[in-house]
Amino acid sequence: MNDQMGDLSTALVYAAMAAYMVAMVAFAVDVSALGTGTGRDRPRRAAGIAVATTWLGAGLHLVGIVTRGLAAGRAPWANMYEFTLMFTFFAVAIFLGIQTSRDVRYVGVLVTLLALLGLGLAVSVLFVRADGVQPALNSYWLLIHVSVATLSTGVLSISAMFSVLQLLKARHARVPQRSDPVAVGAGGASAELVDDRAEVLDDRAEVLDDRARVPAERAARDVGASPEQETFVGRLMASLPSSENLERLAYRLNAIGFVTWTFTLVAGAIWAEHAWGRPWGWDPKETWTFVVWVIYAAYLHARVTAGWAAERFAYFALVGFVAVLANFYVVNVFFSGKHSYAGI
Amino acid sequence: MSRTYAPEGLKDAEAATPRGPHPGPFGWLRWIWRQLTSMRVALLLLLLLAVVALPGSFFPQRSVDAQRVVQYYADHPSSAPWLERLGIFDVYASPWFSAVYLLLFLSLIGCIVPRTRVHLRALRAQPTRVPRSFSRFPVRNELTVAAPPKQVRDTLMAALGRRYRRRAAVERRTTASGATSETLTVSAERGYGRESGNLLFHLALVGLLTVTAWGQLVHYRGQALVIEGDSFVNSALGYDSFDSGAWFAEDSLEPFRFRLDSFESVFTDDAQARDFTANVTVSDPDGSERADTIRVNYPLAVGEVNVYLVGNGYAPDLTVRDASGQIAFSGPVPFLPTDNVYTSNGVVMVPDANGGESQLGFKGTLLPTAVMSSQGRFLGSAYPQPIDPVIVLDAYVGDLGLDDGVPQNLYVLDTERMTLLTGTDDAGRSEPFQVIMRPGEEVELPDGQGSITFNALPRFVALDLRRDPSVPWMGLFAALAFAGLIGSLFLPRRRVWARLADGGDGTTVVTAAALARGDDPVLRRELERLLDALGPRTKEDR
Repeated sequence: MNDQMGDLSTALVYAAMAAYMVAMVAFAVDVSALGTGTGRDRPRRAAGIAVATTWLGAGLHLVGIVTRGLAAGRAPWANMYEFTLMFTFFAVAIFLGIQTSRDVRYVGVLVTLLALLGLGLAVSVLFVRADGVQPALNSYWLLIHVSVATLSTGVLSISAMFSVLQLLKARHARVPQRSDPVAVGAGGASAELVDDRAEVLDDRAEVLDDRARVPAERAARDVGASPEQETFVGRLMASLPSSENLERLAYRLNAIGFVTWTFTLVAGAIWAEHAWGRPWGWDPKETWTFVVWVIYAAYLHARVTAGWAAERFAYFALVGFVAVLANFYVVNVFFSGKHSYAGI
Repeated sequence: MSRTYAPEGLKDAEAATPRGPHPGPFGWLRWIWRQLTSMRVALLLLLLLAVVALPGSFFPQRSVDAQRVVQYYADHPSSAPWLERLGIFDVYASPWFSAVYLLLFLSLIGCIVPRTRVHLRALRAQPTRVPRSFSRFPVRNELTVAAPPKQVRDTLMAALGRRYRRRAAVERRTTASGATSETLTVSAERGYGRESGNLLFHLALVGLLTVTAWGQLVHYRGQALVIEGDSFVNSALGYDSFDSGAWFAEDSLEPFRFRLDSFESVFTDDAQARDFTANVTVSDPDGSERADTIRVNYPLAVGEVNVYLVGNGYAPDLTVRDASGQIAFSGPVPFLPTDNVYTSNGVVMVPDANGGESQLGFKGTLLPTAVMSSQGRFLGSAYPQPIDPVIVLDAYVGDLGLDDGVPQNLYVLDTERMTLLTGTDDAGRSEPFQVIMRPGEEVELPDGQGSITFNALPRFVALDLRRDPSVPWMGLFAALAFAGLIGSLFLPRRRVWARLADGGDGTTVVTAAALARGDDPVLRRELERLLDALGPRTKEDR
C-alpha cells in the first residue's frame, strides 16, 4: 500500500528497540548498584535515565504502530509481527503506568528484556510487509478481538514478571523464616463474638491472613540487618518489596488479565460464529485459549483457598503465562488450524 | 486442608459442624459428595480439564477436519487404531473428556447452590454487630470529635451513604458498681455484589453448558455447492452433506430458496484474496423476494438459518458427445481449487455415453490464467482470475464403476476398469491423449469416441447452512458470566464498625475499624474518608 510509511514504521520499531536496550542497560546498572549496597538513599540516577528512555522507547514504539496501521490501511494487529508490536507496547505501557503511582523500577530490567526479546523475534523472524488482509480477517471483530488479546498478553506478561520476582524473593526470605511458626492458616485467635459464629470465623480467617502477612513483611524489612544479607543477592533481594506485596501486585494484574482474556475468548467465539458458522469448534487456537483461561481460573481459585502458600499460586500464574506464550508462538507456527492465516 | 469454594460469609460454616464417621452407603455417598464439592477436588478437576483438552490440539480431530484423520491413518497405520480406541481423534466427545467436565460442573453446582442460599440469607440480614475489640483489625483508628455522639452517628451514617447497608445500635454495659453506660455503635457493610457477581458467573457457566447441550440436540448443519445461475432449495435433497441433532425433525426445514446470481472476487496483484461476494436473490418462506449478499464474515440470514460462504471456485460448463454424436452430458462441473491461484482439479463422469456400454470419464486440471513453458507444456496458473483459462484433461473410456451401488466420491475418477485414450504426436508415435481447450473450443476425442466442448466458465460457491437456536442464548449467558466476573473480581466488599463513646463536654470518642474481603488496597483510605467526614479531629491515635 504505502511502502515508505511501512519503512518508517520499521525504522521506528528499531529506534524503540535501541531505546529499550539503553533502558535495560541502565536498569541493570541500577539493580547492580542496589546489589552492591552503595548508599541506600542515594539518588538512583541510572534508574531515572532508564525510566526516561523507556518512556522514549514507548513513544517511538507507539508511533511505529500507528505508522504501521497507516501503511497497511487497517488496524495494525493482523499478523504475528504486528501482534508482537502491540503486546510488547502494552507490556511497557502498563509498566510505565504502574511506575507513575509507585516505584516498580526494580522490575524494569525484566520488562525491557521482555520487550527486546519480543521485538527482536518480531523483526527478525515474524516480519511481513505492511499489507491488507484476506477476507477472513476483514471484520470489525479484528479491531475488538485481537486488540484485547494483545492487551491481555501484555498484562499477563507484566504480571508474570512480578510473579518471578515474588518467587525469587520468597525463596530468598524462606531461609531465615523457616523457624517462624506463623504460616497462613496456622495459629488461632479465639472467637470473641459468640452470637454470630459463622461471621466471626469468617473474620478470623481474614485476620489470620493478615497476621501471616505482617511478620513476613517485618522480616523483609529487617533483613538488611541480618549478616546473611551481606551478599550481592541478599542486598538485591532486600531492596525488593516483600513477596506478599509482589504477589498482590501480580494478583491485581492477573485479575485484569483474566477478565480481558475472558473477553478475548468470548469476542473470538462471536467472531467465529460470524466467520465460520460456529461459536466454538476446538480449533487448536481455541483449545489453547481455553486451556490458558482454565489455568488462570485455577490460579484465582487457588488464591482464595485458605491454607495455600503464596508461592504455589505464583506457579499457577507462571504456568498460565507459559501457555499464553505457547498459544502465540507454538500454535500459530506449528499447528495447522483456522488461525493459521494469522501466521507469519 | 480442604475447603469448599470459599463462600463469602461462610468460609468455615460446614467445617464448623464436625460429624463423626458415617458407616454404610449413605455415609460413603456423603463423603464422596463432600470430596467432590471441595475446593481441592475442584482445582484438580480444573487442571485436569486443561490437560485433557490439549491432545485435541496435537492430534487431528474428526469434528474439525476429518480428512486429516484419514491422512493420519495413512501416515501412522500402526498407532492410529490404538489412538482411535482411546478416543484421541474425537477428544471432545470422548468419555474421559466428558467425565472431567461433567464432574467439574457437578462439583460447581454442589458448591454454588448452598452458597446461593447463604448469600440470599445474607442479603436480607443486618450488618454484623460491632466486635468487642478492634485491636485485631489492622485498619482501625481512634479519635475525638467535638460533637455529641448522636450527631456524630448521624454524620457517619450519612457519610457511609446508601452504598453501605447500615445499622445503628446501642451497647449497654453494666459496670461493677452497678451503673449502666450506653455507647452508640454503627455497623455497615457494602459489596454484596461481589458475591452476587461470583454466583452469577458460575450459574451463567452452567447455563452456557446447558444451552450448548440443547443446541447440539436441535441444531442442523449442511453443506451445499451452488453454481452461478443455479438455485438452492432448503430441503434434505438440496444438501450435499447434512448432519443434525437427535431432536431435529426434518419437516422443520424452513421452505426458503435462493439463487446465486453472480459471484465476485477481488485479488491483489500478487494473488492475495481481498474480498469474496456472492450476490443472491432470496425467496423467503413467506414468498417475498429480495436481493442480498453472502460474504466471508457476513453470513446471510434467512429465517432462523444462517448461510456462510466457506469456499469458491470454478465450475467449467462442458458438453460431451459420445461416439454416436448424441449429447451424453452437458452442464457445469465444479473443479476444486488446490492453491491460492486456483489451479483446480476436477472429474467429469459421463455414465450415459454410448447407452452406458462404454462410458466416458475425464480427469484433469483447470488453469484460470495458464502459463506455458517454451516447450509448449502448461506450467500452471499465474493468477486466480480467469484471464486465460485453459482446461487440460485426460480422457478415459470403459466402466465408471457407478453401478455397484457403492457410494462414489464425485471428485475422484476410478480408472481401474477404464482405459486411457491415446493419440499420436507429430512424429506419429502413440502417446496419452490430452484434451486442451479454452472457452468456446471443442475437442474431438481419438478413435471416434466423440467430442467435448468447453462452453463457459461459471463460478461456484461452497456454503455452510446452519440453524442453531442456542446461539443467542449462549451470547446471553456469556454476557452474564462476563458481568458477574467483573463484579466478583473488582467490587470491594467491606465492613466498617464504629463505637461512639461520650467523651464529655459534648465530645465523642470514635473508635472505628474496617475489614475487607480479599485484596483491598484502598481500605484504609476509605476509613479515613469516613472519619474525615465527622469534622475536625481534636485527638488522634492510631
